[in-house]
Amino acid sequence: MRANSAKALVLPLAVLVAFEVWARATHLQSDSLAPPSEIVMALFGAFADLSILAATRDTLFSAFAGLAIGTAIGLAFGIAFGISDTLDRLMEVTVEAIRPIPSIALLPIALIALGFGHRMEIVIVAFACVWPVLILSRAAVRSIEPRLMEVARALRLPPAQRVWKIIIPAALPRIFVAFRLSAGIALIVAVTVEIAINPLGLGAGIMLAQQALRPDLMLAYLVWIGVIGYALNILLVVAQNRLFGRAALSGDGQ
Amino acid sequence: MNRAAIIWRVASFAVAAGFVAIWQLIANLKLVSPVFLPGPDRAWAALMRGFSSGDLWSKLAGTLEHMAYGWLAASIAGIAIGAIIGSSSRMRTYVAPSLEFLRPLPVSAIIPVAIAMLGLTQAMALFVIAFGAIWPIMLATIHGFAAVEPRLYEVARSLQMSRLAVIFKIALPSASPDILAGMRLSLTVALILSVVCEILAGLDGLGHWVLLSARAFRSADLFAGVILLGLTGYVTSVAMSLAEHRLLAWQAAQR
Repeated sequence: MRANSAKALVLPLAVLVAFEVWARATHLQSDSLAPPSEIVMALFGAFADLSILAATRDTLFSAFAGLAIGTAIGLAFGIAFGISDTLDRLMEVTVEAIRPIPSIALLPIALIALGFGHRMEIVIVAFACVWPVLILSRAAVRSIEPRLMEVARALRLPPAQRVWKIIIPAALPRIFVAFRLSAGIALIVAVTVEIAINPLGLGAGIMLAQQALRPDLMLAYLVWIGVIGYALNILLVVAQNRLFGRAALSGDGQ
Repeated sequence: MNRAAIIWRVASFAVAAGFVAIWQLIANLKLVSPVFLPGPDRAWAALMRGFSSGDLWSKLAGTLEHMAYGWLAASIAGIAIGAIIGSSSRMRTYVAPSLEFLRPLPVSAIIPVAIAMLGLTQAMALFVIAFGAIWPIMLATIHGFAAVEPRLYEVARSLQMSRLAVIFKIALPSASPDILAGMRLSLTVALILSVVCEILAGLDGLGHWVLLSARAFRSADLFAGVILLGLTGYVTSVAMSLAEHRLLAWQAAQR
């Protein structure tokens, strides 16, 4: 295992060293590339003047707010559709008509309705996050052990308690898988909206660095965005394993 | 389709029509300013007007072109690179972890780098779309190659097949469900990145159309563009499902 993880580091390290040597040897002058050492220095600089931290806060705020709203909406509809087959069939055409709209196409609508800022970004992120949660939680509710539902009926639980005490706990591992997927999407959509148009957060930071012809800072932002994406993913995978162990695996890959 | 299914379908369409009617009502009563929300009648009229004047056709063609070229380039490169990495266990231990590390990177973050290198051009858009769409395909190919039934490789060894023959005759067919699933995911990515690149670089396409309409507060044209983008997403994903079904028919028969 340790030998394997050492081998995994060989390629990235070799690429970095080769790039550094090449950039130094040719005295690289470029608007799009910078040697790794300068990228690291730019990253430290951006940390020192707190600009990258403020941008991270703005991006994560929009991403998480959108994720929370989108998950709540998706979960509500997903559970409702999972419980009631009638409702699911009646809403099928409506859902299938709205779902394929690429989230980013809503950008101009959100722009004229809400203007620049957090609100329009949150709306677009929320729209993108609804679908994975809706579809996976609907499937999760449908696959609940039928005997559990019989118990609920025998106990004459009112609908609200049935959802709260039986359905959500039983479907939770798979709902968390959907949440993990949506969290990745939320970050991607937030950064994309910022790059496309919204003057806010990490996406705007990287665009600004590009326009200011600072390739070192631009690539530093790119690295940092990658680190955040990676850390978020690891965090959620660890949380999933801790909270649900193997239970969540049954929902993966479907 | 049996009768019950048809009745459900009709009912489902009726519900959707009901929502459109509510949308019309909201627009007619001006509950939301018509600057932001045109009624479905105005959006439909804008769609028809755009089509009859040919404007929307050319924008639609532009978006489809960006999407198709980027996606095809990503498919070819993704399967090729995935096959090279996936068919060698040494490559898998050395290269695959780096790819896994790069995967959660929001691909749109590569856009500024591409702009710095290639400018606001068609080439930039193609590079970005292909770069974004390659990941699901490449990772699916590596995964598919790694998950090939080991006994098939043993058969290949005892038949003394060359590496190329193993790839084309054993690994690719057996990994094809994974690869096609990856290609389907990439289709969505390609559409989204096409729209983003058109918005940023002002390239001819629906993304640019919706942004211009928004800037000029022509909300009916804007909605027409968004509806068309939704349709594009729907039609391409249905087409991909049909192709998947066709191409994998031999596997379904086997099981």
